[in-house]
Amino acid sequence: MNSKMEQERQQVITVENLTKRFGHFTAVDNISFEVHKGEIFGFLGANGAGKTTAMKMLCGLSKPTSGKGRVAGFDIEKESESVKANIGYMSQKFSLYEDLKVWENFRLFGGIYGVNDKEIGPRTDAMLAQLGFEKEKNTLVSSLPLGWKQKLAFSVAIFHEPKIVFLDEPTGGVDPVTRRQFWELIYKASDRGITVFVTTHYMDEAEYCNRVSIMVDGRIDALDSPRNLKRIYDAANMNEVFIHLAGSSNRKAD
Amino acid sequence: MYSVTAENLEISYGTVKALRGVSFQVPRGEMFGLIGPDGAGKTSLFRILTTLLLADAGSATVDGYDVVKDYKEIRGRVGYMPGRFSLYQDLSVEENLEFFATLFNTTIKENYHLIKDIYRHIEPFKTRKAGALSGGMKQKLALSCALIHKPSVLFLDEPTTGVDPVSRKEFWEMLKRLKQQNITIIVSTPYMDEAVICDRIALINDGKFLQIETPQNIIDAFGKKLFAVTGDNMSRLLNEVREMDIVNSAFAFGDEHHVTLTNPLLDYKDIEAGLLEKGCTHVHVKEIKAGIEDCYMALSQ
Repeated sequence: MNSKMEQERQQVITVENLTKRFGHFTAVDNISFEVHKGEIFGFLGANGAGKTTAMKMLCGLSKPTSGKGRVAGFDIEKESESVKANIGYMSQKFSLYEDLKVWENFRLFGGIYGVNDKEIGPRTDAMLAQLGFEKEKNTLVSSLPLGWKQKLAFSVAIFHEPKIVFLDEPTGGVDPVTRRQFWELIYKASDRGITVFVTTHYMDEAEYCNRVSIMVDGRIDALDSPRNLKRIYDAANMNEVFIHLAGSSNRKAD
Repeated sequence: MYSVTAENLEISYGTVKALRGVSFQVPRGEMFGLIGPDGAGKTSLFRILTTLLLADAGSATVDGYDVVKDYKEIRGRVGYMPGRFSLYQDLSVEENLEFFATLFNTTIKENYHLIKDIYRHIEPFKTRKAGALSGGMKQKLALSCALIHKPSVLFLDEPTTGVDPVSRKEFWEMLKRLKQQNITIIVSTPYMDEAVICDRIALINDGKFLQIETPQNIIDAFGKKLFAVTGDNMSRLLNEVREMDIVNSAFAFGDEHHVTLTNPLLDYKDIEAGLLEKGCTHVHVKEIKAGIEDCYMALSQ
């Protein structure tokens, strides 16, 4: 009994038959899966497969049509505010306020997420030191290169020490060197026990995940470790696995 | 005649130098790739060549026309797909295309053959608003709009960012067909598997071209033995391999780590032995050929 409870406590995301319909269109079609504590979970799929819709439900931003889910110990439908307070979120499009300085962004997001006022200053300095970014503390975010913004956005997203961080295409448009630096930050967060839920279109990054799911037309058509997926689909790499699965999509236009 | 020439282009924004003297020539029908980190100056270069930005110094021509004096002529001849989605979100797919065709005194019908391969993917949804399309579809529409006036030079600023692997593959198949029609293509990309498709690649960093070469020549010039390392717990393995004295560089590459050594006389056995000694398990090391991404990583060091 005890060990079973312990195991369940280790699931930070559980999703059962989650579905979202917009009119006649089923964006997310009856998906079920679990994510373990500290895991790096790759959430893959073609454009329009339903990833963003699913992620919005997991973050408590959109109500499911049917099915249920728990994230960080809270019900995504009934306790969506608690879900939001216990996760971090970083989107590709918007994560930081461009017209605020680097430290002001930490101050703002730390305050919003209820980090103790006295704690915010030292924690900001510690995070900037870890990034080797102390010099830019007073720089306006708008004048930083994209790669730096992405790394800062990630640090802001985990500033309040959330149980889970959701990353929506964090490395889109980022060059190979910066992408690798970004993934080293992900590894460090995961080593500290933060669960990482990440979407990407770079299939070499899919290889860095502990497990990946591949969404096709709103369903999860595959979920396993990259190694097992390559074996199952007799593929040399994750790119081949992806093209094999997503190439058969019927939902080309969304 | 060259499609595009640039001679010592320079531009600054305040105290930031975005381009520090860039020169190159692109012959007609070439597919010319620009790769480099964000902030390297790629977008500034695109904007100067498409006459949307004036350089502080230097000169450039497109189709033989000067980007400053003959900007009107150039604007009618080039297609430009900016990095940020710049179509009208509240117009439908078809309305956007019609709008751009009309601006350039042409019709969808007249140049349909040029965009057919791309447009047919989105044509079934031509009444949908552009803002409601997914990433891959938006890029296909943007490319269609950039092509509808039959440009002789196509400028594509990171056209496949945010596009899934299936659509990305289709997108590049389309570019290859455009190249066969003798359209010159200048394209920037963060994807090295795309860069390798280009006839020549310019590596740009901090406002300067480091190198302009064919992908094959860049790869041939790698000049070091390269090893692929695998084993249990890849994250720890990367740290361990980096700590070895004989290791020059080590980077994660999908399900392997790619490693170069400080001494050409050392080989895979030396890496393997070192890692086993550190207690790593299931270690496997083999010598491999460098790819373009290995070269990019080496040049960026």
